[in-house]
Amino acid sequence: MRLSRRVSVAVVGLTALLAATACGDDGGGGTAVKNVEVFTWWADGGEKAGLDGLVGTFGTACPNFTFVNGAVAGGAGSNAKQVLASRLTQSDPPDTFQAHAGNELNDYISAGQIEDLSAKYTEWGLTNAFPAGLISNLTVDGKIYSVPANIHRANMLWGNKTVLASAGIAANATSLDAFFTDLDKLKAKGVTPLALGKDWTQLMLFESVLISNLGADKFIGLWNGSTPWDGADVTKSIADLQKLMTYTNKDRDTFDWTDAEKLIMEGKAGYQLMGDWEAADLDAKGFKDYSYTVFPGNTGVFQWLADSFVLPKGAKNAAGTECWLKTVGSAEGQKAFNTKKGSIPARTDAVAADYPAYQQTAIADWKSLKQVPSCAHGAGCSQGYMGALNSAMGKFSSDGNVSALQTALVAAAGQFAK
Amino acid sequence: MSTDVATPHLPGEDLVAPPPRQRLVVPGSRNAVVARTVRYALLIFFVLIVLMPLYVLVVTSFKSGREIGVNGQWNLPTEWTFASWTKAWTALGPSFVRTLQLAIPVALISSFIGAANGFVLSRWRFPGADVVFTLILFGMFIPYQAVMIPLREVVVWLGIPSGIPTLIFVHTIYGIPICTLIFRNYYATIVPVEIIEASKVDGAGLLRTFWSIILPISMPGFVVTIIWQFTSSWNDYLFAIFLSNTRNGPITIALNALAGAQSPDYAASMAGALITSLPTLLVYILLGRWFIGGLMAGSVKN
Amino acid sequence: MATNTQVPAEVRPPGGSQPGRTHRPGRMHWHSRLRQWGPGLLLLSPSLILLAIFVYGLIGWTINLSMQDRHTARPSKGFVGLDNYVNLFANDISDRFVHSLKNLAVFTVVFIGGTLLLGLLWAFLLERGAKAEGVFRTVYLFPMAVSFVASGVVWRWLMNAGTGENAGGINAIFEDLGLGFLENPWWTHPNWGMAAMAMPAIWQLSGYIMALFIAGFRGISHDLREAAYVDGATSYQLYRHVLFPQLTPTVLSALIITGHMSMKMFDLIMSVSGAQWITEVPAVYVWQTLLTSDYAKSAAISVFLLVVVALVIVPYLVHVNRAEKRS
Repeated sequence: MRLSRRVSVAVVGLTALLAATACGDDGGGGTAVKNVEVFTWWADGGEKAGLDGLVGTFGTACPNFTFVNGAVAGGAGSNAKQVLASRLTQSDPPDTFQAHAGNELNDYISAGQIEDLSAKYTEWGLTNAFPAGLISNLTVDGKIYSVPANIHRANMLWGNKTVLASAGIAANATSLDAFFTDLDKLKAKGVTPLALGKDWTQLMLFESVLISNLGADKFIGLWNGSTPWDGADVTKSIADLQKLMTYTNKDRDTFDWTDAEKLIMEGKAGYQLMGDWEAADLDAKGFKDYSYTVFPGNTGVFQWLADSFVLPKGAKNAAGTECWLKTVGSAEGQKAFNTKKGSIPARTDAVAADYPAYQQTAIADWKSLKQVPSCAHGAGCSQGYMGALNSAMGKFSSDGNVSALQTALVAAAGQFAK
Repeated sequence: MSTDVATPHLPGEDLVAPPPRQRLVVPGSRNAVVARTVRYALLIFFVLIVLMPLYVLVVTSFKSGREIGVNGQWNLPTEWTFASWTKAWTALGPSFVRTLQLAIPVALISSFIGAANGFVLSRWRFPGADVVFTLILFGMFIPYQAVMIPLREVVVWLGIPSGIPTLIFVHTIYGIPICTLIFRNYYATIVPVEIIEASKVDGAGLLRTFWSIILPISMPGFVVTIIWQFTSSWNDYLFAIFLSNTRNGPITIALNALAGAQSPDYAASMAGALITSLPTLLVYILLGRWFIGGLMAGSVKN
Repeated sequence: MATNTQVPAEVRPPGGSQPGRTHRPGRMHWHSRLRQWGPGLLLLSPSLILLAIFVYGLIGWTINLSMQDRHTARPSKGFVGLDNYVNLFANDISDRFVHSLKNLAVFTVVFIGGTLLLGLLWAFLLERGAKAEGVFRTVYLFPMAVSFVASGVVWRWLMNAGTGENAGGINAIFEDLGLGFLENPWWTHPNWGMAAMAMPAIWQLSGYIMALFIAGFRGISHDLREAAYVDGATSYQLYRHVLFPQLTPTVLSALIITGHMSMKMFDLIMSVSGAQWITEVPAVYVWQTLLTSDYAKSAAISVFLLVVVALVIVPYLVHVNRAEKRS
């Protein structure tokens, strides 16, 4: 191996020589101790704005450290996760990285790639700053590994007011049956009743249907293994999903959530199920004629997902990372971040008046409603579990085979649920 | 056969050889006229089909955001604008420069290595040369997924900075087989045996023979391999997605991020696709003959 | 590499274009051998070492990884033999791997058939020389200079799955021409989506195959044609019995090129549809599996692909090698 290494080094030398003239911009190295590299997939739009807000607070709170943006754009975070995975296996972690709070973190925890932050929670007084339900979801074997930056709500139904009114829909449906009646009215109007996108958006819709049919507690049980996937209630949910699919746009597999959103904005569709980042997005696009309500049958249930930051093992600047995490968990940091990103703060002491209209209702709901995690966004299930379910949803979208989907769900749970 | 690995001359020559004289039908007869008309009608029909995507790219890239997604998407823009080109260039500019920094060294280094290898393999039939050559060739057919997982660990272990330096390194290595093949076939016919024999007699070393006699007459081979390697490292996506990212990677990654983002801007994506394709298209238009030469030799590659 | 150092019992007789040799290899002294082969081997050795490591070494590494119990970022829990391969066929959720193979099969058949037919047709139209032949050739070949990532951008737009009043891309043309019945869901069709996915690939590669065929036609001795005319052959007979049979090696090359490209198809699919069930092929599945840190499974799929490619390529290389020696 010594020879090979030497030869390789020689080739690298030659390559570097030729490349050196041009490759001056990617300066790495330098004074490492001050820099805190923050790895996210918030590269543009409201997400970037939120990150910038957080960076502002960090600059004031931690003057000894310099923020280095390690954002990786593209693929709704999948590019970033891939880059991150390779950096972690190569023991070259960023100083901190973004991860969905909950089960998605389990992969990093079980691989021993991130540090226990329980002591810091006590030190920074975070233990009581977040709601108990969130804390219990973040806790693995009695330890907490991440600091949540925000909360999003997944089980929201968005609508075009004008379209709904023209179809004679006056009030929001509160049950699946009533919802189907409304969808029929929209269908009679000649619009797409329910706009839908590809795999992960279908998984979100399916999760909402499951909440309607199983209720919050049994739904939570699906992810921790206490509710079986082969029950009749799951079968009914799949059948409901199959029926819902008949009201959706046929080209759904080519759609991202924003394409479905566009159908709403253009008045070509009545409803869309999506997380509450849709409010910020619609506002940003200047579309005001939208209605929102919880998905029919989900009343009283807040399906959440959260972005959080961690301290990787072997981080070059652990002290800087700790200061970043402290900022993320602080009241000022959460306000600076969330007012711009369109999410709500995870902290319970946030002042609702600081936020736009939708977020104010969400803050109130977050405190009062039953909290259940989202699998499509990594709160309820690991990345492997999520990948298997997305794939199964993609299959269901193309063949609509109820029993095949249920078999796949049972198999996925057997392989991934703890 | 010119399409074999065994091509005994500069690849692509057949294509520029004159066509056979046409004697199938008597010129001027009715049959001939009908045949000619049908032939050209078909040829023109296919030109339209092949150019259709290009038309869409160009037309859409000059439309303003308001015109996208409404009726008349196939029509010319009502109002021509460079806004999308500006937007695309802002998104792709840095990676465009990086890709030049990637493709040029790769083209030069792997061509040089290929020339040395091809020279040895074409003239020095050491024991087992055929087996060695076949083993080298196999390297250009493998699905790179089969090396990708450990490759990532190895380049890190070697301490090669991620992004462009890593990509230069891997494109150079995995380009060795095709460059070796092209040069081997080139030297096998171009270099007279006597030159080497003579240099042996007067005691010139192998390296000196290669340097002072062979390299000066290798220009045609170099043009073919340089074009080939430039094009394939410019267009690569697989290595790029495994070994780099949008911040330090080549333009294909950046284009994919631009076009694959949530609510993609079709006008900017198409301008971006044109910007991404410009260098290789330019190479193709200016150096078409050599480009085809690379393709022919690459008939054992993709 | 073992092949460099081992002393073969017998050295093959030199081929036609070989420099003459005065010594019989068997009698050569080791140092005269070293003098003869040494410098050449020295010049070749960096490449050989690099390829030995980065092709064969890393393949070995991947094969080893594919037989480990390593389905997370954590180190392997032990050797499991061929279990990961068996699981791909027997225990994959929703038979995902088999599904990706079916997709690949549909894609491959349409892609190979399409490029060969179009390539041959274009070559046939051009091979006798046409006015502005160069222009036609240049146009037909130009897509080859474009990356799949770039052409994916426009093909995603062309193959818009919307129909009726939401029609876009090619469907919009059909709609405008009153050919609504031709509108179709393109790559989102559950069974034949992959046939649509092959269209951009056909667009891109047909010109290349045409170039191969033109070279093949032009490589045929003019005497053969002359002889056929003298015998009074019609053009149908000329092509059917004289020219086409001569193209067999070209067809073989074209099959090999398109076939092995097809096996590796990744860029195009990622660019047109992104990674999702309906268009998933093994190369994309590798990537998706790696995203969830299932290293062993990812490696197993990669090795499976490698074996499929090798089954086609190795005999081809051996065949070419033999043909070369005969000539």
